[in-house]
Amino acid sequence: MSNLRVLVLAGGISHERDVSLKSGRRVADALTDAGVTTEIREPDSELVGHLMATRPDVVWSTLHGAVGEDGSLQNLLQLAGIPFVGSNSAGARLAWDKTVAKVLVAKQGIQTPESITLPKSSFRELNAESVLAVVGTELGFPVAVKPAKSGSAQGFAKVSEPKSFAKAMVDAFAYCDQVIIERFIDGTELAVSVIDLGKGPVALPAVEIVPDSGEFGYSERYTAGKTSYYVPARFDEQILAEAARIAVSAHESLGLNQLSRVDLIVDGEGQIWFLEANVTPGMTETSLFPQAVLASDATLPDTYLALVKLALKS
Amino acid sequence: MTKTRAGGVTNFDAWKHSYAARAENLAVSEVRALFAVVSRPEVVSLAGGMPDVAALDAELIEKAFASMMANRKDLALQYGGGQGDLRLREQIQEIMSLEGIHSSVDDITITTGSQHGLDLISDLFLDQGDVVLVEAPSYVGAVGIFRHKEAHIEHVFTDEHGISPQALAETADRLIAEGKRIKLLYLVPNFANPSGVTLSAPRRLEVLEICRQRGILIIEDNPYGQLYFGEKPPNAIRSLDEQNVIYLGSFSKILSPGLRVGYVLAPPAIRDKLVLANESAILSPATFAQMLVSEYLSIADWQKQIETFRDLYRTKRDAALQAIEQFLPKVQTTRPDGGFFLWLTLPEGLNSKEMLPLAVTELVAYTPGTAFFGDGRGADNIRICFSHPTAANVRVGIERLSKVLNQQIDLIETFGKTD
Repeated sequence: MSNLRVLVLAGGISHERDVSLKSGRRVADALTDAGVTTEIREPDSELVGHLMATRPDVVWSTLHGAVGEDGSLQNLLQLAGIPFVGSNSAGARLAWDKTVAKVLVAKQGIQTPESITLPKSSFRELNAESVLAVVGTELGFPVAVKPAKSGSAQGFAKVSEPKSFAKAMVDAFAYCDQVIIERFIDGTELAVSVIDLGKGPVALPAVEIVPDSGEFGYSERYTAGKTSYYVPARFDEQILAEAARIAVSAHESLGLNQLSRVDLIVDGEGQIWFLEANVTPGMTETSLFPQAVLASDATLPDTYLALVKLALKS
Repeated sequence: MTKTRAGGVTNFDAWKHSYAARAENLAVSEVRALFAVVSRPEVVSLAGGMPDVAALDAELIEKAFASMMANRKDLALQYGGGQGDLRLREQIQEIMSLEGIHSSVDDITITTGSQHGLDLISDLFLDQGDVVLVEAPSYVGAVGIFRHKEAHIEHVFTDEHGISPQALAETADRLIAEGKRIKLLYLVPNFANPSGVTLSAPRRLEVLEICRQRGILIIEDNPYGQLYFGEKPPNAIRSLDEQNVIYLGSFSKILSPGLRVGYVLAPPAIRDKLVLANESAILSPATFAQMLVSEYLSIADWQKQIETFRDLYRTKRDAALQAIEQFLPKVQTTRPDGGFFLWLTLPEGLNSKEMLPLAVTELVAYTPGTAFFGDGRGADNIRICFSHPTAANVRVGIERLSKVLNQQIDLIETFGKTD
């Protein structure tokens, strides 16, 4: 048993509220099993007062979406001197903006699909049709259209022909005022979770994602049975080692701490492409980070407790 | 953490191979997930069809509870019969008489909300591929049940006077000619969910005749009949025919949905099977809830409470219509004389489902029209429920909705139509 008190933040007003609530409950369950006193709380107008009054030993945010992932919450906690699990404000900000993350990771020599990020205003000013025609020609179809700052595949679409562009753009802009259009890499999706328990970041076993429908959308992510996960991924040692190296390198180049999940694609040639890094990976019953922990022969209570203790120390 | 692991592969569902085919549609949906925000107080929800239970006299409910515990505790805490409490069924007779229905207490079966009644009836009548005729649009909960029973859902043209008899006859004849088996016509004739429209008295007779001639059983679902703002709606279709209509009633809108007490009035042969099906599914409807409802009906002036609801919802309906006129001048709306709902038709090119993420950002929730069709229609419609938020919040919600629409219009103008 430990005397630690951990405040788990979950919910919030975001498109991923539902996922966040589930993640929060799973984290709290595991920590409770580890003997930690946990409280799950929504971020609301009384949160700051509550934090200052109760001063939990550690905060663990499972908030998905802006407040939880864009560095704001981390900034506030840093200022208040309250330890928390996960990346600090600077790292969170870099990873949250997928475009910035791609640039920084690419500087490490890691491949990331060619892309363009544009705000809504650009399309209005420059004529959307002309812009999309150039983008389509230069990147080549199919392309992936996705909000620049979002998660859980919300607003994501694979566009295979010019006439499907309009719907994809409208759907993506409903989530965010900036959209990434990225060359679509046909291949196998890998999620490599990275964990740092005080001895430097290490990659956990890669999870290979094989959705029944062929697309790893929202429903495929959160409906048990709709996606098969292979852990470790069915690649040879060389590719798995390279995926692990890339994930750790991405984690480091973005200045992330303690835990992250790096999403990769392995194409038909065995080339590995970086898509994005997540500072608040999903922790639901079907999420990728917990799968990777379990595949490394660790338990969730032990691992989460170790993360909490490390946060307390740092 | 539950997991299925065989040779390093996990799909989190060890029984995936065992499910019935009809379970295939039961998947997590992104649209449903977006509704999670409605529990936040900052969000004005015009989505869920919830009554304003704050308008109930809590003291009366407490008195009913105390009376039940004092007088019927042993029964209330015990199993009951599959048909439901006799005293409550007698009281239901009185309630149904307000709709012009004269019935035997023997033909009433209590269910766990009328939704459960509809599920039992669907189980009794629907084989895979059987046709159910419904209004266009129709109640989302009914569409869900019929879909789950693997029925073919056929929407029939509906206008401001309710389902069109002409369209009903044509649709039925076409399907019969195609060799389809039409089993049921499902209707919410008063202040329909989601459209708010009421089936006119002459049409009730026509619809009844069309169904009689073609051997189609009518399911008349009437949760909103007493919640009229002006003139009382016409008598129930069941008041015109005892043999060809099954009538569903509910305490969810005139008392409390938390109690989950509804009822079915069915011809004796159907009733017998319904009671057996009820027993088979749940042994007995919750006696505790039934007896609480019964005590409430005994000690409270429940008709006065319904009047309170009418005044309250009329005020909210007016607030909603005024706000729509002011903030959504290009949007068409139905103008119901009762119930909970407005049915909006958006300007051309807008898609209510695609707009939902914008609505989350603007802190307003609504139900996209697609939920009320079994055939993919409804993208240009929205259901607004005005019954639960305060009148002021109804107005705030609609003003926020106007921002959502403007943003979507801006996107459509930038990128062109999305279909």
